Amino acid sequence: MSAHPQLRRRAEAAASRLPPLLARAEHMANTVLLGDHGRRRAGLGDDFWQYRPVQPGDGYRMIDWRRSAKSDAQFVRQKEWQIAQSVTLWVDNAASMEYSSHKDLLAKSDRARLLAMAVSILLVRAGERVGLTGYDLPPKRGDGQIWRLAQALMNDGSDDYGAPEARAMIPKSRALYISDFLGDFEQIEFALAKAADRGVSGVMLQILDPAEEEFPFHGRAVFESMKAQVNHETRKANDLKERYIERMRERKLALRNLARATGWQYECHLTNAPVQQALLWLYRAMERGR
Amino acid sequence: MLGLPIGFAAPWVLIALGALPVLWFLLRAVPPAPIRRRFPGVVLLLGLEDDESVMDRTPWWLLLLRMCVVAAAIIGFAGPVLNPQEQATSDRPLLIALDGGWASAPHWRAQSAVLVSVLEEADRLGRDAAILRLTTPAEPEFLPAGAWARRVAEFEPLPWQPDAAKVDAIIGQLGDNTFDTLWVSDGLAHDGRSALIEAFESRGDLQVVQRDELVVALSDVALQDGILTVTAQAAARGAEPKTVSIMGKDPTGAERVLATGALNFEANSQISTIEFSLPAELRGRVTRFQIDGVTSAGATYLTDDSIRRREIAIVTSRTDREGLELLSPSHYLRQALVETAEVIEGSIPDVLPANPDVIILPDVATLAPAEQNAVVEWAEAGGLLLRFAGPQLAASDLSRSEEHPLMPVRLRAGGRTVGGAMSWGEPKALAPFGDDGPFAGLTIPDDLRVTAQVVAQPDPNLAERVLAELSDGTPLVTRKAIGQGQVVLFHVTANAEWSGLPLSGLFVQMLDRLAVLSATGQSESGVMEGTTWQPLQVLDGQGRLLDGQTLPGVGGVELAESPVGAAIRPGLYRDGQRSYARNVLRSDDVLVAFDWPAGVTVQGLNRPTARDLTAVFLSTALILLLVDTFASLILSGRMRGFGMATGFVAAMLVASGADAQQSERTQITDEIALAYVLTGDRAQDDLSFAGLYGLSNTLYFRTSVEPADPVGVDLERDELAFFPFLYWPVQAGQPRPSAEANEKLNQYLRSGGMILFDTRDSDVARLGASSPNGRALQQLASALDIPALEPIPADHVLTRTFYLLQDFPGRYVSRDVWVEAAAPDAEQVEGMPFRNLNDGVTPVIIGGNDWASAWATNRQGTHLYPVGRGSTGERQRELAYRFGVNLIMHVLTGNYKSDQVHVPALLDRLGQ
Repeated sequence: MSAHPQLRRRAEAAASRLPPLLARAEHMANTVLLGDHGRRRAGLGDDFWQYRPVQPGDGYRMIDWRRSAKSDAQFVRQKEWQIAQSVTLWVDNAASMEYSSHKDLLAKSDRARLLAMAVSILLVRAGERVGLTGYDLPPKRGDGQIWRLAQALMNDGSDDYGAPEARAMIPKSRALYISDFLGDFEQIEFALAKAADRGVSGVMLQILDPAEEEFPFHGRAVFESMKAQVNHETRKANDLKERYIERMRERKLALRNLARATGWQYECHLTNAPVQQALLWLYRAMERGR
Repeated sequence: MLGLPIGFAAPWVLIALGALPVLWFLLRAVPPAPIRRRFPGVVLLLGLEDDESVMDRTPWWLLLLRMCVVAAAIIGFAGPVLNPQEQATSDRPLLIALDGGWASAPHWRAQSAVLVSVLEEADRLGRDAAILRLTTPAEPEFLPAGAWARRVAEFEPLPWQPDAAKVDAIIGQLGDNTFDTLWVSDGLAHDGRSALIEAFESRGDLQVVQRDELVVALSDVALQDGILTVTAQAAARGAEPKTVSIMGKDPTGAERVLATGALNFEANSQISTIEFSLPAELRGRVTRFQIDGVTSAGATYLTDDSIRRREIAIVTSRTDREGLELLSPSHYLRQALVETAEVIEGSIPDVLPANPDVIILPDVATLAPAEQNAVVEWAEAGGLLLRFAGPQLAASDLSRSEEHPLMPVRLRAGGRTVGGAMSWGEPKALAPFGDDGPFAGLTIPDDLRVTAQVVAQPDPNLAERVLAELSDGTPLVTRKAIGQGQVVLFHVTANAEWSGLPLSGLFVQMLDRLAVLSATGQSESGVMEGTTWQPLQVLDGQGRLLDGQTLPGVGGVELAESPVGAAIRPGLYRDGQRSYARNVLRSDDVLVAFDWPAGVTVQGLNRPTARDLTAVFLSTALILLLVDTFASLILSGRMRGFGMATGFVAAMLVASGADAQQSERTQITDEIALAYVLTGDRAQDDLSFAGLYGLSNTLYFRTSVEPADPVGVDLERDELAFFPFLYWPVQAGQPRPSAEANEKLNQYLRSGGMILFDTRDSDVARLGASSPNGRALQQLASALDIPALEPIPADHVLTRTFYLLQDFPGRYVSRDVWVEAAAPDAEQVEGMPFRNLNDGVTPVIIGGNDWASAWATNRQGTHLYPVGRGSTGERQRELAYRFGVNLIMHVLTGNYKSDQVHVPALLDRLGQ
């Protein structure tokens, strides 16, 4: 528990350097939650939109008497219809994210959580609703949500590799998936396809350790996954390097193609790169939309 | 083997070396164990096959290492021996004969090494052996050689040499055995050596090992006219030059070298002499002479009283009349003593400070009470008081009814005269001396007569105090012990008036026996006769002094005449007050080198010794194996923990060598620290620390000065340059700094340091010599370079460096605070509140307000000492802190606040 304030403080520190992130509001008829994004039409909201003449059916209560007193007609004061964007996060908490190749490098999960929190804070500050995919933490707004998010993100998963959560997606909302995407590719494909079906667009951020990118091993070795469920023995690891890198490139390309097909955005981030770089990209990606 | 002097005990084991190439291929074929790595990217590796043509092999250097391990082990098991000895053809037992005297001592260690090597070689051949020391005849005991090899260390050289009697005893015990003999000799001739050669040769082969260097020894030390002549002998001509050291006790009692001299043997002489001219005081301290670098009893020469001239004080009355020399009571004494002792004359107060060994009172009856006490004290510390009777003593009431502390007996009134004109009887002769007294064995001249004497009162303890008596049994010489010293009374005069004793040679001998004189050098069998000497310290063969108190006493004549041996050991002996040094060589002894007969082979001692290399090779193999283990661990990636652990250990080893003191001082140079002078009084030092700690905290909170913890400064040892400020609590009884410390302090004051002297007594005294602390301060300050002082003026910078102050209270409130006087030409300018005092920081501040107590807090910030009462007290403490802040600001900023620039602002604040 003591790690949460630390995580939150660092995330806030990272978030403080960017202007509040205003995720693009979608015109979604069936999303009725209020937010700070004007719909450029009259509706429920806080900001003044227009006065219009009283029409039949308007109750007396609705008449703006101050305005009406200036003229002979009666007017009704209308406000701009405001809605909030819902953003759902999926941060991979599988064991593979706990990997770090060097004692000076933090684990991938640490970088993933930090980025997720930073983005969450920006979004909440901008009045968006942020939550987790699945049923655990539906999107809500307010600082309290940040605490709940931080708490939820600290849970470690029990699997070797994570699979994206595709249940309970709010249609037409936005999503942010942060993972190393080393798990079963079909599950990723399935989740994104389902999201595309629901009209959910979003961002995939792949976080990798430099060792996973470069494969700096040699000699006789047995490679194991973090939970030792998968292993592979080789007598000369340096011979595998080129083929490994080729496979990694293929995996990235597949992810990129998948993102393009479903209207998502994809980026790869290494844990030895500055965190600001990833956050900046996330900020732009969330702002830009598809 | 390969030109190296290496042999093998089991050469056939070396065949195994031929298997090494096979091992090479075997080791190459086995790849190292795989490293297990956690790696999430493994999913991307699944299904990738190794290229079959690639085989990961053990690195060549690891292979080489392992080959070395095996090779070293094989060679080790083959039993390598460096410098293997020639194999002896004989299988007879081996007798090792050692001379074993002091002459062998300098090379004893090398000799033992040879013995061990020879015995181990014999052990390898399965021979029996025995070791025989010619200095201690015993029947040779033949045991397996290995048992003797382990016992070689038990043998020590003895401080005497073999002689004919011992050789006879040995020949008698050799029996009819046959054996080979290895004779380890020192090369000195002695009686019976030829006979022994014959005895050995008749029983087997004889081989002699003898060191090449010549035996050297000190044979005599003579004192003539204050010059010490040391005589050294060598066994043959052409000995190497040596140095002789004179060892003695320095005034602290530690033994040290008093003088050294070079000993050069002429090419054609076996004898070399060297002369030392030492002052009498130094000569009195000499304990022994030794030849440097030669550890043997012969190279050590002990000294006794003979080179010491005793200091004898003759107390003379001041009424010497010219022309009556022969009647003077001290004339004969002076004649008897002047040759052999330092004689000083004078009254008791004059001679006592010289602490003479003996004080002679010739016919002095009464001493002043103070003189008497001084003499008693001196005698109790071991002095010998020698009194002679005379007309004055006989006429006085000294020791008449009560025994006087400085008289051995009570005396009858008037004394007696025998054989004079007015008396009956013949003058009396001396009775023969008793056997157990100090004069035992002295011969009494026939013509010695006593005509007058003082007579002892018969007392119960008279008999035991009599040393000599007349033929009719009246005591002539009596003695009484006083503490460690003694008083001896001759019942006759010291001149020839009452007896012929002072004219006779017996007088000198008696004085000698009483240890009035030192032993005179040429030894005086007459003096030694009938005495028994107790060994104090004896020499061992190596020339070291051992405690000899447990050894039995030795008769004087044997001690002087007999050669040294088991009964008469060289060393220092004591009989009563006299000491006698018996040395290995006497002045008439001559060292002679022995010429071995032509048939005997003589080897040097420095032949190469066989050395078993098995352990070397096997331990090398073990070490390499260890290296191999670590190398394998590194290769398989399991070294991380080990690496960190070993790195940690290495770091600890390196760090422990760092100088903590250094780092502490470095820290002080980084930061500022207030310092106090360590007074040696623990409580005071703690108070100083607490006071400066409190002040440091206050400075930290209120100002930009952020001091480190206060530092105690030892003026004698510590460097002062790091500290801008010293707090010096002055106490009566505080040790005064040494001259060097004063010099350091002056340097400190001149280079801008400031000392706050605090006498801590202004509740009871004003500054000055009116209190003990004040006087202590005056003493301390007298050596320091302190300028003219004045009471702190109202416009002094100290009053406004941080706070505006006019009082400087500590725990006590006194205005008596002194600083360096302002320049006499400082004048107050019209309209200015302060004089223009822009020069210098006062180097000292002197007061008695006990500031440290007012400042003192513990680590929690609690005040340790009460100040005043209630809120007034708190105010006073606050002012004390303000004074401290001002003080440190003054130290650090100098007279900055005295600058004109600030005057308007200050004026504004002062409302003027």
